[in-house]
Amino acid sequence: MQQPQLRVVLAGDVDHGKSTLIGRLLYETGALPESRVQEIYAASERRGDIVEWSYALDALQSERDQAVTIDTTRVWLRTPTREIVLIDAPGHEQFLRNLATGGSDADLALMVIDAALGASAQTRRQLLLLDMLGIRSCIVAVNKMDAIEYDAERFHAVRTEITDALEQLGIEVVQIIPIAARLGANLAQSSPQLSWFQGPTLLDALIQYHAQDTAIPQARLYVQGSLRRDDKRMVLGQITSGTFHVGDRVTIAPTRERLRIAQISAWPQMSLSQADAPHSVEVLFEGNAYVDRGDLVTDADHPVLIGRNVRVRLAWFGQEAPQLHASYSLRIGTRTTSARITAIERSIDPLTFTNGENEAITGDIVEVRIQTGMPIAMDSGSNARNLNRIRLDAGTQGIAAGVILEMLPDGTSAKNIFPTRGAIPLAAREERVGHRGVVLWMTGLPSSGKSTIADRAAKALFARGRNVYVLDGDTVRGGLCSDLDFSAKGRAENLRRVSEVAKLFADAGFITLVAFISPYRRDRDAARGTIGDRFFEVYVNADLATCESRDPKGLYARARRGDLPGFTGVDDLYEIPLTPSMVIDTMHRDIDAAAVEFVEFIEQISRPNL
Amino acid sequence: MLDSLDEAGLDELEARSIAIIREAYFTISPLCVLWSMGKDSTALLWLIRKAFLGDIPFPVVLLDTEMELDEVYTFRDELAAAWQLDLRNELCPPESETDATLPPNARAAARKTLGLRRLIEREGFRGIFAGIRRDEQATRAKERVFSPRGADGSWDLRSQPLELRDLYQSSLPHGAHMRIHPLLHWTEIDVWKYTQREKIPYVPLYLATNGLRYRSLGEKNITSPIASNAASIEALIAELQATNEPERAGRLMDRESEDSFERLRRSGYM
Repeated sequence: MQQPQLRVVLAGDVDHGKSTLIGRLLYETGALPESRVQEIYAASERRGDIVEWSYALDALQSERDQAVTIDTTRVWLRTPTREIVLIDAPGHEQFLRNLATGGSDADLALMVIDAALGASAQTRRQLLLLDMLGIRSCIVAVNKMDAIEYDAERFHAVRTEITDALEQLGIEVVQIIPIAARLGANLAQSSPQLSWFQGPTLLDALIQYHAQDTAIPQARLYVQGSLRRDDKRMVLGQITSGTFHVGDRVTIAPTRERLRIAQISAWPQMSLSQADAPHSVEVLFEGNAYVDRGDLVTDADHPVLIGRNVRVRLAWFGQEAPQLHASYSLRIGTRTTSARITAIERSIDPLTFTNGENEAITGDIVEVRIQTGMPIAMDSGSNARNLNRIRLDAGTQGIAAGVILEMLPDGTSAKNIFPTRGAIPLAAREERVGHRGVVLWMTGLPSSGKSTIADRAAKALFARGRNVYVLDGDTVRGGLCSDLDFSAKGRAENLRRVSEVAKLFADAGFITLVAFISPYRRDRDAARGTIGDRFFEVYVNADLATCESRDPKGLYARARRGDLPGFTGVDDLYEIPLTPSMVIDTMHRDIDAAAVEFVEFIEQISRPNL
Repeated sequence: MLDSLDEAGLDELEARSIAIIREAYFTISPLCVLWSMGKDSTALLWLIRKAFLGDIPFPVVLLDTEMELDEVYTFRDELAAAWQLDLRNELCPPESETDATLPPNARAAARKTLGLRRLIEREGFRGIFAGIRRDEQATRAKERVFSPRGADGSWDLRSQPLELRDLYQSSLPHGAHMRIHPLLHWTEIDVWKYTQREKIPYVPLYLATNGLRYRSLGEKNITSPIASNAASIEALIAELQATNEPERAGRLMDRESEDSFERLRRSGYM
């Protein structure tokens, strides 16, 4: 019977013979063209080696020269009943990052262990890493049996050792098989010297492997972005798990908004009744719902946990050890948010799988607490590991791969401060005023129209009986923040104070419009972190030339003369928002029309009982 | 001729490629897609259309050495009209401007590297889609889906980034650009099965006439056809399932010296 494709990541210490195993397996299954076999013979001869099957894999000149596999590669093994993709991840210590890369895409691990050497620290470290990447099953090949004269006793000793390690991690042991890769013993054909072994050959074990049923019932889709089509806003994304139907009630994380699915399509089929994982689809929601990149669509029956404080396990690949309170960015699903480490709980010793002594180095597994800028979603349940995978970056460098272990209650990071919730619950306030307190954080270049739009929107909302207040940069600078300058540090402190004030206004039930240039992403992310899920970033978009031509206060002219050092747009940077909740274009649009649209957006997000 | 296992496999490949394409579109700008007019990059164009409700919302770039086979140019004009492509036909610099230390056939291929480099300089593209696959060639097997390049287009394969499935990293340092490879996980047979299922147009030279067909289409001076009687996609797939000859065996540039393709790719070839 035909079996589905199997992706297998190879692991094992350097020199335990992974590449030789793959090369020989290719040869045994007839996958190597005659020309490639000749090349391998020729290359081996040129270097004066015995036939070295690993040349079949080591594609790069430098790999052959150093006899070390440099980077993850893949080879395809075709058998009559199954296609097997072997992902070769190098075993050299500094290349664990590549094992993570290869392992994140595999169904099963094939661990190769030198029979004479047994499971080394490196082997165990790799097992820890694979466990974290979500690999649940492992086949172990005990290699180089020829070098120990096919000694059954030694094999059984290694088998006991590796079984213990795998059991400690909770990884299923599919098979442990003695082989001699160089000679092809027990790869595709059983070997007379290994007749004492009762199990299958390695190839048969791979062909017969059945993944445990890991179907996840909850329906999940991380939004990648949106497209407008015929005045409809289609949300794009890949269904990670489960099934969505037209008419389903869904909940959006982190906003907790409840919506109904109006249409599901996968162009050119524009009207599907349902769609399931792993399909990439377009979804339309009823009403003029605002759902965008980074949001998670979840079915109503299986809610997610939402919060900003999590305990995570990480495989650390950074050159520097994890730094408390340093600024990182965290990626989960399609959401990217700022993150800082609030506690380093432990590093895990690969030899014993218990707490390690030393500061984490690259390749170590650590458990830390993290606080994120935006709230993130986590799935509970043991089958949900793949939904909880994260990446941590420093700048543009990915420095850790990990998984969320636990959602922590908010506020655990600030010790000895016990903010009072107040006598009047938020819900009661909202009920009284008839809407939520929210913060619209309006960012844009000087003279882009932030204050103008904010003022018009405030008037319109006030006329409708809403509680609304505008926090304006110039006003705040004259009072609350009159002690601060316009340096990066001064701006950050200015925005920190404004965030806290805006949060208080929102707590008091006000629609709070913050009209500040706020040029740096990290400051806006920090504000988002302070205010939480009532924070909405609004980008007031007009380019520099447009703003400069308006210049109602003559500021650009002064900045050009050099009178205003550090003026945003002229000699300081403005970082465009990556995922604003709304963009207001004041370049091409009439200010009144833009303000009307803004008011509609505000009415939507401030609806009570979302 | 596709069974349910094939259908499910193609669905998964497609869904993942579309997710990769959308990921690039919503995080990198400006973008373009390289179209060589071969089966892979044509399937890629189709996947991009599927990702964006039938449109390709960025330019389609053809690095033209003016040395492609005539049938290929005919196919270009037909598909560009049928799919309303925003096609940019980019003429490549002459061979005399390429690295003189490369073997002769590799130099012909290096014209495309130069053409691409000039295009990036002129248009400032930050992200470039290419339809390469891991199973085509051993050097390509080491690629990342999101593969950052230096300002000069060079590929630093010794320090490739951490890449986690479904958590792709697309941010870039200043001056660099990203190669995006949505078909990296496909095989040659996958592409043909998909081409057949989706009825994607292809250059007729892939099918045999008079006992010969092209398995891989390159410039006419450095590519040769293979002996074959496969006159339909079904026959062609059956042929591929039975062979163990490499796909690019007809590409002279790959085989001149042990490392010629590696050198081409390090300096920015696709």
